[in-house]
Amino acid sequence: MNVLTDNLSTYWEGFLGTVELTVYSSLLALVLGFVMVSFRVAPVASLRVFGTVWVTVLRNTPLTLLFFAVLLGLPRFGLVLPFKVFAVLALGCYTSSFICEALRSGINTVPTGQGEAARSLGMTFAQTLSAVVLPQAFRSVIPPIGSTLIALAKNSAIAGAFSVTELLGTYKTMSELGYNIVWTFAWIALGYLVVTLAISALFHELERTWGVAR
Amino acid sequence: MTGATALYDVPGPRTRRRHRRYGVLATAVLLGLLAWVLYLLFSTGQFTYTKWMPFAYKGIQELLLRGLGNTLRAFGLAAAFSLVLGGALATGRLSDHRPVRWAATVVVEFFRAMPVLVMIFFIFVALKVQPLPALVAGLTLYNGSVLAEVFRSGVNAVERGQREAAFALGMRKTQVMAHVLVPQAVRAMLPAIISQLVVALKDTSLGYLITYEEFLHAGKLIASNLDYDLPFIPVVMVISPIYIGMCMLLSWFAGWVSRREQRSPKTEAVAVAAAEPGTLLPGGEPPTAPRP
Repeated sequence: MNVLTDNLSTYWEGFLGTVELTVYSSLLALVLGFVMVSFRVAPVASLRVFGTVWVTVLRNTPLTLLFFAVLLGLPRFGLVLPFKVFAVLALGCYTSSFICEALRSGINTVPTGQGEAARSLGMTFAQTLSAVVLPQAFRSVIPPIGSTLIALAKNSAIAGAFSVTELLGTYKTMSELGYNIVWTFAWIALGYLVVTLAISALFHELERTWGVAR
Repeated sequence: MTGATALYDVPGPRTRRRHRRYGVLATAVLLGLLAWVLYLLFSTGQFTYTKWMPFAYKGIQELLLRGLGNTLRAFGLAAAFSLVLGGALATGRLSDHRPVRWAATVVVEFFRAMPVLVMIFFIFVALKVQPLPALVAGLTLYNGSVLAEVFRSGVNAVERGQREAAFALGMRKTQVMAHVLVPQAVRAMLPAIISQLVVALKDTSLGYLITYEEFLHAGKLIASNLDYDLPFIPVVMVISPIYIGMCMLLSWFAGWVSRREQRSPKTEAVAVAAAEPGTLLPGGEPPTAPRP
């Protein structure tokens, strides 16, 4: 029991590390996912191909392999950054492919007639997109994006095994100090539950406010 | 673009010309990027003879094949055990006895909410288990819980009339399950089950982190060999296509089964939705969508 009280600062540091990783990777994933989905629905064939390849390859890559390639591979090209940045890069790119697909299925739920009606009213492409298509698509993608980001938070544990400061990595310090290993893991598990439940609650709230009435 | 979407009209001649111009520009940029990557690879000397030579050695090939075999063994064991565990937990969640239902629900929700790596590390470090059993046990607990949700939602998605008709014929609950609901549900759930197995296959690479001698581990051994001038990038270029290819093959199979099932009249009574992996949110993805 005193594992937590004795090492509050270590746990807190690890917890913050996990939260930080999750937040930054989520932002990267959302931005990249948005870019990729705009490629995938673009009228330009080469961009569509690029988007499709990006999504197909990253969705089928084991995340450990991606971490391995990014954290240990990119330095060979003279790109030396802190491990945390590499971890955000790997997690963000991996998750962006799932975000992209969630967004794309969201856009596909908007009936063609909506766009046609907007254009027949004389709206430009930008107006159609911002006032008609995206608001409707946004509502239906809240749940899938929420579950993708929860998966991201859980996947961030892999970064700990590549010596980035985060929650799972704290077990090493604890076991070196000779604390009870079962309790150590119980508190780690609780930390992850807090993160995932917080994301879940956030998206429930978003869904309640913005979601499609069913 | 095939057909109309909500986003664009079918383009006219002038728009088509404009799109062609964009296309040329985008292709040029993408080719430039590709050329830059190739330049980087060449300029840092990734295609030298010493770095690629090891792949011609029999010992190295055997090392890689052994790693691949270990990966597939872990996947096979984890897949088989998680199907069994998933079946057991789903039976528990569909039980008529409240304590059983609650216990199964707690187990399923807990293991879906935990990062699979935390479980693997817990089993490996705290329970001091060998790498392979630890990896298989961790994967089984996680994927079994997700599959339990898939099974449960599949059985619940069978049209209500089927269950009612079976009960009206005087069948017992076990008979209704075994002869009416499960056979229909399994066909409809097959794509969702296979795409969960893709997750299990991808996650076998977590074994690398607990020193299980799988594919990635074999790659790491070769990559850290000074005699071959640390061929890290060549190793990544060899093992990632194999990993990605295996997962893509399985994903494609899930899609193929799903398309086949959609045409089959035998699955008409079931509209199955995917159980979300480790989330407490309502779902919105098709059952074959790969999961993070």
